[in-house]
Amino acid sequence: MIWAALVALIAVPVALATASPWLAYRGFAYITGGFAGIFALCLLLAQPLLAAGYLPGLRGPKGRLWHRRAGIALVTLTALHVAGLWVTSPPDTLDALLLRSPTPFSVWGFISLWGIAATALLVALRRKLPPRRWRWAHNALAALVVLATVLHAVQIEGAMELISKWTLCIAALAATVAALIDLRLLRR
Amino acid sequence: MPRRHFLVTASAAAVALSLPATARAASLAPTSSMRGGANNYRPGAPLVERLGSGFTVHGKVLRAADGRPLEGRRIQIWAATTLGGEREPRNHGSVLTRADGSFALEMEQIVPNFGQPHAHLAYDDGEFETVFLRPVMPSPRDTSVRADFVLA
Repeated sequence: MIWAALVALIAVPVALATASPWLAYRGFAYITGGFAGIFALCLLLAQPLLAAGYLPGLRGPKGRLWHRRAGIALVTLTALHVAGLWVTSPPDTLDALLLRSPTPFSVWGFISLWGIAATALLVALRRKLPPRRWRWAHNALAALVVLATVLHAVQIEGAMELISKWTLCIAALAATVAALIDLRLLRR
Repeated sequence: MPRRHFLVTASAAAVALSLPATARAASLAPTSSMRGGANNYRPGAPLVERLGSGFTVHGKVLRAADGRPLEGRRIQIWAATTLGGEREPRNHGSVLTRADGSFALEMEQIVPNFGQPHAHLAYDDGEFETVFLRPVMPSPRDTSVRADFVLA
């Protein structure tokens, strides 16, 4: 049941995006970069579910293993997203990276990008930090990344269909909030 | 106060208030470049009759000093359309302004690019200060977009 809902929440927006009329007028790099962003957004729904052990068959250590693998995929997809946009239009990408862009969603993309980079750095430093502080920092960064990515995604007029995009975004936010409350307040 | 007297007073006041506005219209505030306006600009894009059909980019070019229309000025226009992205040479062209300062270029349908459907326009001929505009369309289904230049 949970798996079916997760698959639907991810498959429907992706399928509708592949049917977008705008794709016919875009190059390979732009489409690759765009879909890397869409898949990264999908992973932000799966990540809290894996961390909190909500997915049947992927609970406990197995869930945490897949949470780590999904984290690596998230970093890779984010890099691919920026690279694809860079190849498509270096000046637009540079504007976004230097916060000079006229589009408000670029600022949220910037925050999300560096939030993901900071999370990767934090994961690399896991053994050097006290577990309590590490978990607090990881949760704060995770909440920031999900919120910033959602604000980035909903303001963009792109390949994603509107209703399925909003549904996926709200689901990712809800899963993040539920996992944070469950893991940090209830199960502490 | 009698109604008639009030109307006369009100009209006189309206005329008095609008007079300075008429005088001010002689000089206009110059248009500033928009952020990101120059992205993917191609200096020296050739003069064209049209770049396709279905979508019109249009506007007017005025001189800031006296608000007069500027004729024969070159405006460069580019955008991501159904032919491809903003770097696609077929999506770049220049047009000259008419006697009333107006210009228009028909091109292929503009499609959303980098998260927004938008056009780019440039005035870059040296006589006045260079201006790069990046007007955003309210909807990706729109078939025209307008941008005006006041040059100083």
